[in-house]
Amino acid sequence: MIRDLANPTRFMSFSGTLLPWVTGLAVLLLAVGLYMVWFVAPADYQQGETVKIMYIHVPAAWLSLFFYMIMSASALGNLVWRHPLADVSQKAAAPIGAAFTLICLVTGSLWGKPMWGTYWQWDARLTSMLVMLLIYLGILALWRAIEEPNRAARAVSILTLVGAVNVPIVKFSVDWWNTLHQPASVFRLGGPTIHPSMLVPLLVMAVAFTLIGIGLHLSGIRTEILRRRVRTLTILEAERLDAQAA
Amino acid sequence: MTHGFFIAFSYILTALVIAGLILRAVVDHRAQLRALAELESRGIGRRSRRG
Repeated sequence: MIRDLANPTRFMSFSGTLLPWVTGLAVLLLAVGLYMVWFVAPADYQQGETVKIMYIHVPAAWLSLFFYMIMSASALGNLVWRHPLADVSQKAAAPIGAAFTLICLVTGSLWGKPMWGTYWQWDARLTSMLVMLLIYLGILALWRAIEEPNRAARAVSILTLVGAVNVPIVKFSVDWWNTLHQPASVFRLGGPTIHPSMLVPLLVMAVAFTLIGIGLHLSGIRTEILRRRVRTLTILEAERLDAQAA
Repeated sequence: MTHGFFIAFSYILTALVIAGLILRAVVDHRAQLRALAELESRGIGRRSRRG
């Protein structure tokens, strides 16, 4: 299937059909998730209503890692298999991943102030997440710095794969070091430690955020394909004008 | 500051960032469609190289 979608025209057709469904499902799940968060999920016995920040902070953190993994897979697809849409996918994923990382850091900070008494602590989880944002920003800057798309894609792929070292550090930082940030409470060997009354809205919000992210990614890939067509046609026009002048 | 401020600020900021991503996606997509239509209206197509 991945090989079939290597053809940009086929991808445009496939994604054009898929995108309205992904968008519709994302809106529906977001509405259900927000209803559950505000009208069904109980307040935490220690944190009170502040626990509501968890329902956006945690999905944003997951998506930050999710999009970095998409970018890493795309980087491999570009460097190893030369998949024609790999660098397009990578370029489209970077701003989305960066935005969710920013949401994660700011909402974490806003959750930390009333709970920990501080907006920021240089602990392993928070610091590795900040490093993740800096890597995303570096990748976005590198895309802009190199004009020729193929050269830019190769450079960004290498930087992405080097930066992938940070993904397990973010995930396991709370296990490897003694951190202010709590350890994993959903994806852990012994099962989730969150009560189902909070876990279900959290998972609904996480799926809604994921669908929003996938919709934005598909849309970003489509736009990038169009941008490259525009670039190719502009070059063709310039060549034709040169030939006429000669 | 009350806890309500931190909750409201978190949700508003998240909504603004996601709305910004969606707006950027829509505006950028439309701009590329316009640019492509303009090029094609001038007779520049991928087959024009052969012509």
